[in-house]
Amino acid sequence: MLGMLKGLMTTMQSHFRKPVTIQYPDERPDLPPRYAGFPGLIWDANVGEPFCTGCQVCARFCPTQCIYVTMKDNPKVGDGTSKRRKIVDEFELNVSCCTQCAVCVEVCNFDAIEMTHTFEMASYSREQVMNLQDMLSMKEKGGP
Amino acid sequence: MAESRLETVDMFINMGPQHPSTHGVFRMVLTIDGEQIVDMKPHIGYLHRGVEKLAEGLRYREVTVLLDRTDYLAALNNELPYVMALEKLLDVKVPERAEYIRVLVCELNRIASHLMFYGAFGADAGATTPFMYAFRDREEIQHFFEAVTGGRLMHNYFRVGGVRYDLPEDWRERLTKLIPHLRKGIVDCERLLSDNEIFLNRTIGVGQISAADAIDYGLTGPNLRACGVRLDLRRDQPYSVYPKLEFDVPTRSRGDCYDRYLLRVEEMRQSLRIVEQCLEQMPDGPSLGEVPRVIRPKEGEVYVGTENPRGEYGIYLVSRGGDYPYRVKVRAPSFCNLMALNEMMRGCYIADCVLILGSIDIVLGEVDR
Repeated sequence: MLGMLKGLMTTMQSHFRKPVTIQYPDERPDLPPRYAGFPGLIWDANVGEPFCTGCQVCARFCPTQCIYVTMKDNPKVGDGTSKRRKIVDEFELNVSCCTQCAVCVEVCNFDAIEMTHTFEMASYSREQVMNLQDMLSMKEKGGP
Repeated sequence: MAESRLETVDMFINMGPQHPSTHGVFRMVLTIDGEQIVDMKPHIGYLHRGVEKLAEGLRYREVTVLLDRTDYLAALNNELPYVMALEKLLDVKVPERAEYIRVLVCELNRIASHLMFYGAFGADAGATTPFMYAFRDREEIQHFFEAVTGGRLMHNYFRVGGVRYDLPEDWRERLTKLIPHLRKGIVDCERLLSDNEIFLNRTIGVGQISAADAIDYGLTGPNLRACGVRLDLRRDQPYSVYPKLEFDVPTRSRGDCYDRYLLRVEEMRQSLRIVEQCLEQMPDGPSLGEVPRVIRPKEGEVYVGTENPRGEYGIYLVSRGGDYPYRVKVRAPSFCNLMALNEMMRGCYIADCVLILGSIDIVLGEVDR
């Protein structure tokens, strides 16, 4: 009997302390800077283009092969505004099979990709998941 | 006489794979005689993803991503033997700070894993409150992990020659807040369950296994130590910086469900002791050693076993040169511990079978790989 009372005392004590949970959709979690959500490209605000040159290293090293990148000639090289001869054309991330392992960030030679703080991917349709993808590529870092 | 013509037959009960208390997708076929279990056959493989085969198609540094997903409750403890094996093959020296960081996060992960066991075991015994308390404290550890590694469960944090990031700037403040919180949490845990009469009646003497049987079945970790065998790879086969740290290896004698439970609670205390020592002794220096840019080990094979929260987690790594491992064999402690389940369950009542399964603390991701 004594053992059970001891347990009851412990549960009673929790009446006198602050709640430890947060009311999620209303209160947002306080994410630390290193929090690894989905990867996203970083925008080079000085030049007005992404850092990514489309070299495909991330696509090759990705354990789940969820990245698809293509490269094109950079139109800004001609007028001298940019030093990047090649630039990313398309960057697609299959968010449904990305495991957020951050291997792409580690292997990138241009530091052009970063783990964003985006972690909410629940949506009502497949199209909306694609929208999430648009949002990830560059916009989060102040791009267009 | 009419009674003499009645014959009794054993009944088969199929438990799982979707049973909520099988801790994953695990099926066992129980042969019961009335209320007593006569025989038990485990059926595994529902969560088989072919981790070992997949690893052969990935470059060396990507394999940790897969190993995280074997024992997902103690992901950092799985990465450790792999990177240690690779370091052996490559002859890479690890800076001392990196070793301390590894031990620090591994021990915190051990506490998180044991807290998960504690919560689930309480729920198996019919007490739902301990689950909430365990998760409250586990959440704090995961907040710390979020700040250090970026992930909550899947960290992908250890690298050949060190760790991926150094600790964050505010790690000392975070840890000095976390340690007393956990210490109080463990006291709460003990007060809730350890003396509860119902819990004692349900667990003492249930699912007993003798030390000799345990050794025969190849049990390791807390399940073996609960039988009275003092075997802990951190002490008996020291690796990393464990020789410099002070900790006890607790053992119990009966080898029943209660001993396995109590041992894990005691282990959490010891892990907390190690975490405190890491906090005090953490040296300065780099967190990643000199590592070749392309990881291409010479031909050879190596086995490294480390102490996972569930037992000896070993990696047998074979290299034939080149960028990809030739073979990554995982010695999974849960798999070996699960094999002794039949021995533990025979003769017990069917009401205890969930409890016995819970007490050996399996993770199906690691059993099936």
